[in-house]
Amino acid sequence: MGLPPYATLGQRIWYYSFRVICGLIFFFLVAPIVVVMPLSFNAQDFFTFTPEMLRLDPAGYSLKHYEDFFTNPQWQLALKNSLIIAPIATVISVSLGTLAAIGLSQSHVPFKGTIMAILISPMIVPLIISATGMFFFYSSLGNWMESVLGLNKGFVGYVKVILAHAVLGIPFVIITVTATLVGFDRSLTRAAANMGAGPVTTFFRIQMPLILPGVISGGLFAFITSFDEVVVVLFVGSASQKTLPWQMFIGLREQISPTILAVATILVVISIALLTTVELLRRRSERLRGMSPG
Amino acid sequence: MAETMLAADGTPLKRSLARALRRQKLRALALIAPLLIFVLITFIVPIASMLFRSVENEIVQNTLPYTVQELASWDAATGEVPDEPVFEAMYFDMFIAAEAKRHTRLGTRLNYEQTGLSSLFRQSGRKLDDLGKDIQKPLEKLNSDWKDGETWYAIFNGAPADTALLATQRARVAALTDNPTEGDVNFAPRADIAQLLPKTARAYTAWAVFEATQDGRDPATRDPWEALPVALATDLQTADLSAYSGPGADLLRAAQSADLPTPDFTAAFTDMDEDWATIIPWQTIQTHSSTYTGGYFLNAVDAQKTPEGIAWQPDDKQILLKLFGRTIWMSLLITFSCIALGYPVAWLLANLPMRKANMLLILVLLPFWTSLLVRTSAWKVMLQQQGVINDVLVWIGLVDDANRLIMINNQFGTIVAMTHILLPFMILPMYSVMQTIQPSYLRAAKSLGATNWTAFWRVYFPQSVPGIGAGSILVFILAIGYYITPEIVGGTKGVFISNRIAYHISSSLNWGLAAALGSILLAAVLVLYWAYDKIVGIDNVKLG
Repeated sequence: MGLPPYATLGQRIWYYSFRVICGLIFFFLVAPIVVVMPLSFNAQDFFTFTPEMLRLDPAGYSLKHYEDFFTNPQWQLALKNSLIIAPIATVISVSLGTLAAIGLSQSHVPFKGTIMAILISPMIVPLIISATGMFFFYSSLGNWMESVLGLNKGFVGYVKVILAHAVLGIPFVIITVTATLVGFDRSLTRAAANMGAGPVTTFFRIQMPLILPGVISGGLFAFITSFDEVVVVLFVGSASQKTLPWQMFIGLREQISPTILAVATILVVISIALLTTVELLRRRSERLRGMSPG
Repeated sequence: MAETMLAADGTPLKRSLARALRRQKLRALALIAPLLIFVLITFIVPIASMLFRSVENEIVQNTLPYTVQELASWDAATGEVPDEPVFEAMYFDMFIAAEAKRHTRLGTRLNYEQTGLSSLFRQSGRKLDDLGKDIQKPLEKLNSDWKDGETWYAIFNGAPADTALLATQRARVAALTDNPTEGDVNFAPRADIAQLLPKTARAYTAWAVFEATQDGRDPATRDPWEALPVALATDLQTADLSAYSGPGADLLRAAQSADLPTPDFTAAFTDMDEDWATIIPWQTIQTHSSTYTGGYFLNAVDAQKTPEGIAWQPDDKQILLKLFGRTIWMSLLITFSCIALGYPVAWLLANLPMRKANMLLILVLLPFWTSLLVRTSAWKVMLQQQGVINDVLVWIGLVDDANRLIMINNQFGTIVAMTHILLPFMILPMYSVMQTIQPSYLRAAKSLGATNWTAFWRVYFPQSVPGIGAGSILVFILAIGYYITPEIVGGTKGVFISNRIAYHISSSLNWGLAAALGSILLAAVLVLYWAYDKIVGIDNVKLG
């Protein structure tokens, strides 16, 4: 939709000003994220560009905030916790979620609507409400695990946070995997069965490779949900289970340190990598299902 | 000619098919079941427990069981303080509650309804021993055997036991302390003494159960609480010991004939705090003694339950309705800002060639995928008084260095940051709707003589309304439940109801009110989702 050669002056002005407006909105969307990155290399403990930085003087830049992130025991504990909690929660949501999505995509499922509503509900209910409910329930669950099962306190703390995060990730797995299964050609499994493959072989050799892109992108969503989640972990976990977002949240609310910006930059780089992965997977999945790549 | 069709194995085809269908259903359910159970336990049950907690009010009943019973027949409307039996029941209830350190918790609970009760309960718990000492000393002077816990144990323990009394006291202590009271207590109240000295037997049994199950000590060798002499003195006023010949009969008779001071519970409570001589604390206890209460929901909408019925809170405590209003108002503002900013972008994306649109779409998806905490901290950096935006404005001379704009810790900060965070949720549904609008309609309108504006407003816009609707409901639902961003950039003026919920959970510890606020918010969100499902369909939710 270019500008036609016969466009009037008014149309030209509108055409260009509309582009400018859209440019400003895109700027609004991206600027805060982009601004954070150079600031994280600030040699000073400020949250703004120092004169040295504006002059592009190398003395104005340093890696000290990154160094702090990688040496400070608080941040390292948070990083370690995030890397323990998110993957385990993801494995739980992906394995249970994929099975259930396959079950849901069968043709005759009784109470399908109700089941679907229950499974999607963790995404619908605002986090603060989930966190409130979990706060009440998980503290009694934790007491029970400690006193009756005799588990140690730290372990129980992780179990609580992991369970909470796993259930928050489930809707994403269900949605992405069911979406992939919609385009799944059932005659393929029938053909496999016809040739003598058992249900397990059919699942792993035929169905799984075809729905794998959906499973992986569901898993990525579940991972991001847990990795980025702060409200529930604040309510359910204790200080020894603090995750990266928890540490950032505390830092933002109390004494704000520029290390947060270094962490933010690292997280932005990670999210760009994840975004690229999901996009590639989506294209691959559409190609596999014979749709045009879009 | 109705001839039944047969399947290969000889069964009628109909039955064979039905069986296959049933097997298929079972297999589907078996695949779904693990996840369904998981979600029910880890998510639905917690939500249900929150809903339950918003109406649950067992604490008054559990802490002061006998007082509540005695108070039932008291009529506050007379304006007179309750009779002596109420004070008496209160003394014994309070004593064991103070030993279990639960009286302050009740004080805190009642303080939500009536300011001042928290300190009243705390202080009275501390002064409760005075009355006991006044009676304990003369009793022990009379016979030093009373000092000895074994004397008491010998009098009250034995067979045949009053098992009903033991069971009720076990249940009472369990309810009071939230701890189990099963197991051996090495004590059983003897039936004859329980009938003769009912109040003392009750108090002694409660003590023995508490001692054995909560502190893990053997009641046979321990000295009982100071409340026991008081109970004994009360019982001895009326007990007829002439026919009693069990253990300690002589001791008891001697105590009865000696002139022990008569416990005056009303005076004792009035001494502790004059507020007990007013009807206020009694009225509050009576009004809030039911096991289930709508009180928290009333508090959540700035009302309260009073003895005269439902009334508004005093003006200085009316903040929650205002906060609900502000939450809705700000969420609407955020939704409208998202529409205003999202519509042009979605239109541009839908009308550019695919390759260019995909490039620009990345600019929308990048913030969508970036951590919420990163975006919130970015806005904190941007909006601060020494932040990037102010620096730029000062640099180009629009703002004086001394009068930097205050853009954070107020409503402006919350609205800007949340508009940015939620904008992708508006753009993506709008974009997917606009992609389906045929450009030929617009061309047709123009060729029929419509101006650019008319063609857009009369032809294009109505077709894009479903996208606006879907995006708006999504953004609005997400906005009213937001917690993190308002907490960090909202200050005190720009916070939402969710911040109040968090405050009641972690700071004021008024969990019942937090649960009630949460339930109201949940109901609002569910209604909106129901609307979303009717308009858009939950199945059309797309990610990325």
